[in-house]
Amino acid sequence: MSEKLFSKKNMAVLKSPLIDNNPITFQVLGICSALAVTVQMRTALVMALAVTFVVSLSNVSISLLRKMIPSKIRIIVELTVIATLVILVDQVLKAFLFDISKQLSVFVGLIITNCIIMGRAEAFALQNKPWPSFLDGLGNGLGYGWILLTIAFFRELLGSGTFFGLQIIPDSFYAMGYENMGLMVLAPGAFILLGLLVWVQRTITKTVSE
Amino acid sequence: MLEHYLSLFVKAVFVENILLAFFLGMCSFLAVSKKVETAIGLGLAVTFVMTITTPVNWAINTYLLKDGALSWIWSGFANVDLSFLEFITFIASIAAMVQLVEMVIDRFSPKLYAALGIFLPLIAVNCAILGASLFMVERDYTLGESIVFGFGSGTGWFLAIVAMASIRTKIRYSNVPNGLKGLGITMLITGLMSMAFMLFSGIQL
Repeated sequence: MSEKLFSKKNMAVLKSPLIDNNPITFQVLGICSALAVTVQMRTALVMALAVTFVVSLSNVSISLLRKMIPSKIRIIVELTVIATLVILVDQVLKAFLFDISKQLSVFVGLIITNCIIMGRAEAFALQNKPWPSFLDGLGNGLGYGWILLTIAFFRELLGSGTFFGLQIIPDSFYAMGYENMGLMVLAPGAFILLGLLVWVQRTITKTVSE
Repeated sequence: MLEHYLSLFVKAVFVENILLAFFLGMCSFLAVSKKVETAIGLGLAVTFVMTITTPVNWAINTYLLKDGALSWIWSGFANVDLSFLEFITFIASIAAMVQLVEMVIDRFSPKLYAALGIFLPLIAVNCAILGASLFMVERDYTLGESIVFGFGSGTGWFLAIVAMASIRTKIRYSNVPNGLKGLGITMLITGLMSMAFMLFSGIQL
């Protein structure tokens, strides 16, 4: 390898998707699962790890295959690679974390159609060497993960008063009349929280769209 | 029986709207909801593909993949459980169906094809379609139910995206704060829409 593993260019590939080019808030990809699994921190964490795993490895595999894939059937090839990795994740979850796999239900399978993974394969892995592709996948996975955990943190705290299942809001608060915000557990809470998060992030980075 | 199908349909469209309650199909929902015409086109395409793929995947699952499903070929296969292949077969059959729809639209409505051109391949990775098939398996629907469910979910998605596109064409004239433009305001509106749809959940079916 002529280039150093952690050269400046490679580190930029890893870092840019964390904030500036975040897959969820900037590229607007992979929203579905981001909202569905964020009622609790635990499910969000498992989902973030699963997606990071799939996106890094699919990027590496597709990058290794990039000179062999005919461009006409590349979508099918990419889907096959991704689906295989997702089946692996699903089987592992079923074997070791059965209750979480039950809670995530169809959303593990839906990692296949998570546009981040497809998008990174198309936009990055098809043109780059395996190592930068891996870093790009890792960066995007982590960028996706931290948004997921942030949303899940607020949804779990406000919706159930807990953090990773531990009660945070003391009983005396409830005694004084504090109530959990039922909205946060339901679908609208997720939409609104993500909207607000995007607002905060774009105000800080001063991005204006359209 | 008819009543059962009807209530399943209403449930899929309103009470458990696949987009507003399960967040499926958000990517294309956000990308294509800028103009009402394209939203209608994509909504119809999704409804159509979903109505076909859900029963097709039902057949694949029941006769090939489910635990013991292969026993109709040879009784020795009674212990074979291929359900781990679910994801990969479903996505393949969806991709094939999308290809088919693409060819049909190209042949009969070149105008719609030109408008949808780039979005059609995206339907293959629209999570709503794979999601409908996976829900169908999880909830153990029969063939009739899976057709109704596929059509209902598609209709629900169609409703949501057309409503969103209509709101977004109006919002172009409003003065939205800079950071909120684009994704931010769209998510907030979707949240409000989803809240409105939640009112249906009080209906007893």
